[in-house]
Order: sequence, then structure tokens, then C-alpha cells
Amino acid sequence: MAHDPSYTNQEFKVIGTRPPRPDGLDKVTGRAKFGADAFAPGQLVGLILRSPHPHAQIRKIDTSKAEKLQGVKAVITSADMPDLTNGNRNMLDILENCMARGRALYDGHAVAAVAAIDMPTARKALKLIKVGYEILPHVTDVDEAMKPDAPIVQPYVRTTGVEPKPKKASNVSQVTQFGHGDVEAGFKEADVIIEKSYKTEQTHQGYIEPHACLASVGPDGQGELWVTTQGHFAFREVCAKLLGMEVAKLKVTASEIGGGFGGKTHVWMEPVALALSRKANRPVKLVMSREEVFRSTGPTCSTSVDVKIGAKKDGTITAATATLRYQNGAFPAIWAMLGAMTSYACYNLKNVKTVGYDVLVNRPKVTAYRAPSAPMAAFAVESTIDQVAEAIGMSPIDFRIKNAAKEGTRASYGPKYGPIGIGPTLEAAKNHPHMRARLGKNQGRGMACGFWFNFGGQTCTDLNIGVDGTVTLTVGTVDVGGSRASLSLIAAEELGIAYERVKCNIADTGSLGHNDMTEGSRGTFSSGMATIFAARDVIEVLRERAAKTWEIPVEDVVWEGGQAVAKGKAHGNLTPLTLSDLAAASPNSGGPIAGHNEVVADGAGVSFASHICDIEVDPETGATKVIRYTVIQDAGKAIHPDYVEGQFQGGAVQGIGWALNEEYVYGEDGRLQNPGFLDYRIPVCSDLPYIDTQILEIPNPNHPYGIRGVGETSIVPPLAAIGNAVSNAAGVRMTHVPMSPPRILKAIKSEQAELAAG
Amino acid sequence: MLEVSLTGSLQDSADGLASISIDARTIRELLRKIVERYPRMQGRVDEGVAVSINGEIFRDNWGEEIPEGAEIYLLPRIRGG
Repeated sequence: MAHDPSYTNQEFKVIGTRPPRPDGLDKVTGRAKFGADAFAPGQLVGLILRSPHPHAQIRKIDTSKAEKLQGVKAVITSADMPDLTNGNRNMLDILENCMARGRALYDGHAVAAVAAIDMPTARKALKLIKVGYEILPHVTDVDEAMKPDAPIVQPYVRTTGVEPKPKKASNVSQVTQFGHGDVEAGFKEADVIIEKSYKTEQTHQGYIEPHACLASVGPDGQGELWVTTQGHFAFREVCAKLLGMEVAKLKVTASEIGGGFGGKTHVWMEPVALALSRKANRPVKLVMSREEVFRSTGPTCSTSVDVKIGAKKDGTITAATATLRYQNGAFPAIWAMLGAMTSYACYNLKNVKTVGYDVLVNRPKVTAYRAPSAPMAAFAVESTIDQVAEAIGMSPIDFRIKNAAKEGTRASYGPKYGPIGIGPTLEAAKNHPHMRARLGKNQGRGMACGFWFNFGGQTCTDLNIGVDGTVTLTVGTVDVGGSRASLSLIAAEELGIAYERVKCNIADTGSLGHNDMTEGSRGTFSSGMATIFAARDVIEVLRERAAKTWEIPVEDVVWEGGQAVAKGKAHGNLTPLTLSDLAAASPNSGGPIAGHNEVVADGAGVSFASHICDIEVDPETGATKVIRYTVIQDAGKAIHPDYVEGQFQGGAVQGIGWALNEEYVYGEDGRLQNPGFLDYRIPVCSDLPYIDTQILEIPNPNHPYGIRGVGETSIVPPLAAIGNAVSNAAGVRMTHVPMSPPRILKAIKSEQAELAAG
Repeated sequence: MLEVSLTGSLQDSADGLASISIDARTIRELLRKIVERYPRMQGRVDEGVAVSINGEIFRDNWGEEIPEGAEIYLLPRIRGG
């Protein structure tokens, strides 16, 4: 049945309430099963040997002693994972990242793996593998990697997006440009021009649950994978392709997920676990250590960004440019391109130009981190916006409001916007009590706004009515932030029943059609749409069953308040049939009652947020304290407000950690110096104030309930909002993230020295 | 006839052009005709692209109809976290 996804301004009964999440009890009692919690008879322990060098030719790998060790059931190298990618370079890159093929490209790159009967044997076997390395020159800094004499990370890479087409290899994999108008003419109109350069360091998503899986492949070519992931259908496709398996013969089950934030959208060691299992003919469990997570999975980029903004004294921005250099790790990607697209998305600009340089370095392959690439661009742009506002004597909030994008504005990345929420979030920020609160000594206030695209994608959902009238909702989007609660609310709303009568399950790949990953803030948007449509299909079946029971035309039956009601004077004596009545009668009225929907949920609608924060800086030590923090964001429609607020708060907290503490530190030797939570410090509760939230609801016209994704945008403004607050508190402009105490102290002392020198 | 703006590195696969004129009624027809005219665009379509029709971004629904005179942008397919 065809369904219309348009927004209808429907009145709600349970949408917007805050019932307990169905997975809550399991999670707080330890009953929930995460990636490392699966066991299989005869399972082996898998371990991976990783390169200690940032760049090295692998001359020889001798596994003979490890193979002879008693209790070792399989040892693999790249020879056991042949290239079956048929010329698809992107897939070959994924394979090479899972297991080095002749060259180790970063500290932590996998070079071999073992499966043994227990952990001590597996550890011993790893030590017995002898790898002959020829160490090669390396580069880990994005600006250094762009220099002409930098060591080349991937000799096959030729820069795209430049003319003439290069013939020599380069670490710049692509150059992308966006914008419109004439920026040079625009700068000539400006009364004030501010030009500044910024740097941000590499951070990790910091999910508490390390990557873990249990893989089992039999000699008949059939396999199973239990794994912590944001997208088990995508994992199935990638793993099957890399290992030459048939997709239908690999069943992947998503465990509960202990955080992902983009880092679990990509395979890292899952194909290795499957290859070990296939060789050993036994199940293999592979669980990463925290050190492995830091060294060998996908953090976000470190960046180097130049921004130039010109404005008239009346506050109109006349031109804006940004040059963005993002390191991608050792494999080409699109992260600078996303930075170039999002840089100025909040603003209505006549003349704008952004250029992104995606750059390869000897660091782990970068992957998505919540609104990937946007926070770093926002840090540079929003910091400069504050400086321009100050230079023309306008308040930062009024300057942003004056230049904010609105419906009909041509986005800096090309298209014109439909209805959007940046203006309302800024107005809400201006009117928020936080903006008027008094600041104490050494305290500063900052604000910033942020943008993210959001998207929908392929989605498939089943809705089955049990014989007692309870409802099983089966979805294929992994629940990363409370979506089972939101989707159960949606099913309850459509069917007119209590939330508690719906049970939402995440299906394995053998039980449901393909679902795209839970990324791009799509979980509740897209599975919500499919749930609405599946429920509406069920209602049609329920009307038919009631009509059969009453022996009246189906046209005379409506579904109201969770029951079938016969309409018309002729049927006045018919008692309504509840969902339970119809379910109990289903064996004799046509069999099981079920609804199903598959949809490509496009039209997710872009998302905007504005953040305000107060920071106190200790001028003696450079230490910072977050005094107050407020997130204002457009959710379209908040289905379960607790989990919308939770997403807002979570993004803000991760942004606070990124802004103030977190940083990959590489030594001169190209090795990661701080691969653990003691030396890489994420914020904990005692570091934080209560994160206040304000949900705006500007309906998305492309969703029946008006839903917009909410999972990512909240990490975009914090670096800049905190940067502006710290700069105001310390009296010196901060241009390097994280703004750790040594960096703040250095900036204060440099400023003092400059002032003293006159 | 639609005026299709090409953004970012997509111009690279269309002889460096910033925009092209194509007669198409759906996203599927649009992409087919672009690839016919610029065969190097096939690789980009395989990697994934998105089409903005009057400001609304479509990534997967190639059956989407394109209204007459619509503003069309061909964008690289974005990724999320």
C-alpha cells in the first residue's frame, strides 16, 4: 500500500510522553547482552598482532612457531584474506585496513591474527609471530603531509578536483570547492575583515564498549556474526564481500551497543574474526582492548582551517571564505568535503567560498563522529564570527540573527533551504535566561550555532499482533539512543493502544529486509516513518477482520481509540471490537494479523542548534570549569522528549570533552602516546554542570509526525561556543582545540608578553 | 530542460563543468542521462550521490519525479555518525 509521508499536524495522545525505555531495566541490572557477552560451544579466543611502526614495509611474516604452539587453531595474515574486491578500490581499502597488505600504514595497523583455545595461549602465539619490518618515513600532521617532500602514504592516490590532472602521487586525495557569488568583490564592500587560522586535534568517539564480536563460519559457507555495530545489515554486506561469502548465508545479529557515535558504522576486526573462524572451523570471539580501540579504530580528523569574513558596520556579512585541511588517516575519504559543505550553512551569504583538502597521514583510518567534520569547521567559523561582531561593535547574538539563513536562502553548499530552524534557535538563545545571568570573576560567556544535514535511507519494518492483542514491532535500525521507546510510542499512537502493550525488537539480518545503518540521525526518523505505515497497514487488516466478524461491509468499519467501530444506523447495536478481541478471533478470521513496510525515507530535513555556555578560567593554571551550558535545537517533533534531551546533552558533553581535554598525542616516532582513558581524558559527571536543554518543534514537512533527526547536530556548536567563552574569560583568542590548561596558559602569557612589549 | 548544478568534486567527472542542461523527469532518468553524456560520472554514481530538488535532498529514491523548472543540485553522498 502506498503511503504519503507528508506532515499532517495530527493530534497526539501518547507521542510526547516520557515512559521508561524498554531496554532500561536490562541495562541497569547487567542483563543486557553487549558485544562481548555472547558465547558459543567450542569458541576460541582471537587476538590481533599490530604494527608498532607508523609506516613500514612488511618484508616477512613468519607464523610457523605460532602455528605449532599447542592450543593454537588458526593463524592468519593478509594471505588468508585475498583481494576479492574486483577492482573496487574503496572495498580494497577496507580490506587493507582490516589487515595490512605488504605495508603497515599506522601505529596499530593489524598485520596478523591468531585463534587459540584460551587467552594465555593466544597471547603467547602472538609473541611467536615474527614480522620483518623495513621502517619507512612517516607523517602524522595534516599540514606537514601537504608539503611537497612529505612521505607518501598511498602511492596510488592522485589528487582529484584539480587541473591539470596530477601524474604524481600526493597525500592530498581530493580538493573540493563550494560556494557562490564573488568573494573578492564582497571583501571590497566590507568595513571590517577578520582573517584567522585554527587547529583542532584528533579525538575519538570514546564509546565505553570496545569493539567485540563472536564469529562462526562453517565449511558449508554459512556463517553467523554477533557484533556491536550501528548497522548489522551493512556489516553483513561488507564482510560477505570481503570474504567471498553469499550475503544470505551470513546472519548478523546486532548486540546491545555501548555507544557508537559513528565509530561503529565501519568494520575493523569483524572480517578478521570471520576469517579466523573459517580457518579454524570453530567460533572465534574477538574483543578489542581499549588500547586497540584508540590505536586501530576510526577517530575523527585533526584539522587546520583558515577563515576570512568581511562585514559592513551595519552587521551584514559581505563575503566569507574558508580553507579546510582535514587529515583522513591512511585511507582517502570525504571529511574535508563535509567540512567545506557545512562551514557556512547557518548563514545567508551573498558571497561565499569554501575549499576542502582531504589529506592522508600515517594515522588510523578516520571514520564518522557525530555530524562528522562539522564541529571543526564550526569552531573556525563561529570563532571568527564573534571577532567580526566585536570589531563592528555588535553583540554576537544579534550579528548571527542578522545574518542567519532562512527559508529560501541559498545554502553555501548549493541548494536553497525549505523551512529551517536556525532563526528560531537563535531567537530562543537571545531570550533564554542564561543569556542574562550574571558572570563571576574570571568567567566568560560564549555562544555558537551549528548545522547538520540528517538523512533517512532504506528502512524495513514488521508489526505483528499477538493472539492476546499485544504488539511486536520488529525494526532493523540499531537502537543507539532510545529509539525502541520512540518507535513503540509511534506504534501505540497509530493503533490507539497503551505504550506498554508494544514490544520493539531489533531483528537480525535473517529476519527482515535491508536496513541502512543508524547514522545520519536517521533511526527514529526513518524507522518511525516505516512503523507508522506498517501500523496503518495493520489497521486496514483489523477493519477487514471486524467486517468479517460482523458480516458487514468494510467501508462501514472505522478504527477509533484502539478498537473497530461499526458506523451507521444499521450497526448501532454492534459492540466495538478491541485489538484483543480481534487478535483472539484471528485464527478463524483469516490467520495472523501483521503489517509491513519498506520505505526509502528521503526528506529528512536539515537541522540547526544554538548553544550558550559559561566557562571559568583559572589565570594561574589555565584550568577551566564549565559553569553553565544550554542547548537549543529544533527536533521537528520530540517523540520521547527524554531521549531528545539525552541526545542534546550527550552531544554537548562530547563537545565539551573535545573542546577542553581530549586529544590524540603522537610522538616523534609516530606512535600514539595516550591510548587509554587515564591519559586521554573524557569528561565525567563531576566535570560537568547540568546540561540545560530547550526543544524547538518546527515540523519537518516530509514526515507524517514532523520528525527531524536529533542525534548529531548537538556536537557541532560546542567547540566554538566553548572557544568563545574561554576567549572571553581569558581575554585572549583561543585558536587551538583542545583548549587544555597548558594551551590556555601559553596563550595568556603570550598575550601578556605582547602587551608588555607594547 | 533542467539546469543541473554540479557541486564539489563532481565537476571533475563532468569535464569541469559547474552546470549542465539535461531533459529528465525523474532522478533515475537524470542520472542515466548524465552518465551517458559523461561516462566518468558512472564511478561517482556507484560511490553514491544525492540530488537536491528545490532544496530537498534525495539520496536513494531514484523514482522521485522532478517538477518542471525545478532547481537541481547534484551533490556528493554525505555520511553521518
